[in-house]
Amino acid sequence: MTKEVVIEVKDGKVEEAINSFLKNLLEKKLVSALLVPQEVPSKDNVVQSLVTNSNGLKEVNVIAPVLPVNSARIISEMTRLSPHKNPVGVVLRSCEIRALVELVKLKQASLDNLLIIGVDCLGTYSVSDYQNLCKQGNSPLEELLENFKEGKEDAKLREACQVCEYPTPSNADLVIGLIGVDFEKIILLQTNTKKGEKILEKFSFLEFNQSKEREESVSKYIGGKIKKRDTLFSQTKEEVGGWENLLSVFSTCISCHNCMRVCPICYCRECFFESPNFEFDAEKYLGWAKRKGSIKMPRDTILFHLGRMSHMATSCVGCGACEQACPSNIPLLKIFKTVSHNVQQIFKYVPGRDLEEPLPLTTFKEDELQNVGEE
Amino acid sequence: MANFEPKIVGFLCNWCTYAGADLAGTSRMQYPPNIRPIRVMCSGSVDSAYVLRALLEGADGVFIGGCHPGDCHYVSGNYKERRRITVLKSILKTLGLDDNRVWIRWVSASEGKRYADTIYEITSHLKKLGPNPVRKYWSL
Repeated sequence: MTKEVVIEVKDGKVEEAINSFLKNLLEKKLVSALLVPQEVPSKDNVVQSLVTNSNGLKEVNVIAPVLPVNSARIISEMTRLSPHKNPVGVVLRSCEIRALVELVKLKQASLDNLLIIGVDCLGTYSVSDYQNLCKQGNSPLEELLENFKEGKEDAKLREACQVCEYPTPSNADLVIGLIGVDFEKIILLQTNTKKGEKILEKFSFLEFNQSKEREESVSKYIGGKIKKRDTLFSQTKEEVGGWENLLSVFSTCISCHNCMRVCPICYCRECFFESPNFEFDAEKYLGWAKRKGSIKMPRDTILFHLGRMSHMATSCVGCGACEQACPSNIPLLKIFKTVSHNVQQIFKYVPGRDLEEPLPLTTFKEDELQNVGEE
Repeated sequence: MANFEPKIVGFLCNWCTYAGADLAGTSRMQYPPNIRPIRVMCSGSVDSAYVLRALLEGADGVFIGGCHPGDCHYVSGNYKERRRITVLKSILKTLGLDDNRVWIRWVSASEGKRYADTIYEITSHLKKLGPNPVRKYWSL
């Protein structure tokens, strides 16, 4: 029941073609509000905003290659207490949708009355790189599209995006497609759900007739990403494997817990690692220092990271928000992505793939993992 | 290294393994004194963070003892712990750390012998493995 249509692009302005479609969604009252990234007045960053009036869509840029926040967190904040009563459209990238699916399973968000509009993601720059590019007078979006058209690797992209094997959104009601599409002339609008079909019925777009080309381009693009991802995995083992490397990498952690706060999967209202379990008397510190000769301060930084990993690795979507938020430049993405990949493979679990798949740590099978304790 | 005595932190479930350890003791079975048992209500209550803390504080090994599959007093705690420890071992392995310092075994209240044998097995394995290398890097 896949339905594919095209939106025409005028003068090569992709973002404007998308905006006019979004504007129509609001004007035709198909959604009562839209959650979309808007450019800030200085034009060097975007912020998510909830827009109810099509006049408020002027500065919208849903394909600006920057991800200041994983919006799954925002949707969780909006829908945790009660779901939306009227349809709300949310424009998200693949990593945001996958994180949202995980949050729904964790009972931290609701998809009721949510129209998920996914956009093909060609990668994002870190906030600081994005701002620098803008300050130099370049348009990061133009640069990104240019590089993509020529098939050039963009080394400035965030590492998370360089190795991301999910450029196209899944579990979206509508997909705005750019990969394998001549986006200077047209963009693809695709739907797999009834919700999406109902929306498309209200428009009179032309049929998309290059599905095969699109499919081929997407799988070729993903193939390249997987290769880079596997290189990253082996790099990680070399760079951070073993106690000495690992402790050195995490010793610069300042215990700010930013990585946990921006992580779309870390949802606990009260984090174990911020609980009184980690408050000690002065004498206790001296005792440790005496027993060990010296202790690193602040304490328990590596325990925090390994512990956090053990709690969320099954659901990590690899968005790299943790790394972007780290003031000490700890290569969190590569560590978490490698670890999560291996953990998820044990349970054949792909976070964000299917709402019906139970979270690995909340379920079990009687006759599995028989040899865990027996080696 | 010849006289290296490993320190093992044991998390023993109240209903099975702890009772099993008790039986080993009252039956006067001999087993190495290397284990420091901590009684917990269920193996399923042992979060990976506690296991990690023990390892990071220098324990040479960690042992989690629970009821046999199907026998959990709380129905499924041991199954869930099995998954949790599988995740933890995978993390340790990926990061190039010794995942075989973490042991999980099912010992019932009537298996005093199995408890004693398990402690023998873990102790001799850890003696071969040597002290926990994390102790070399306290200052990190």
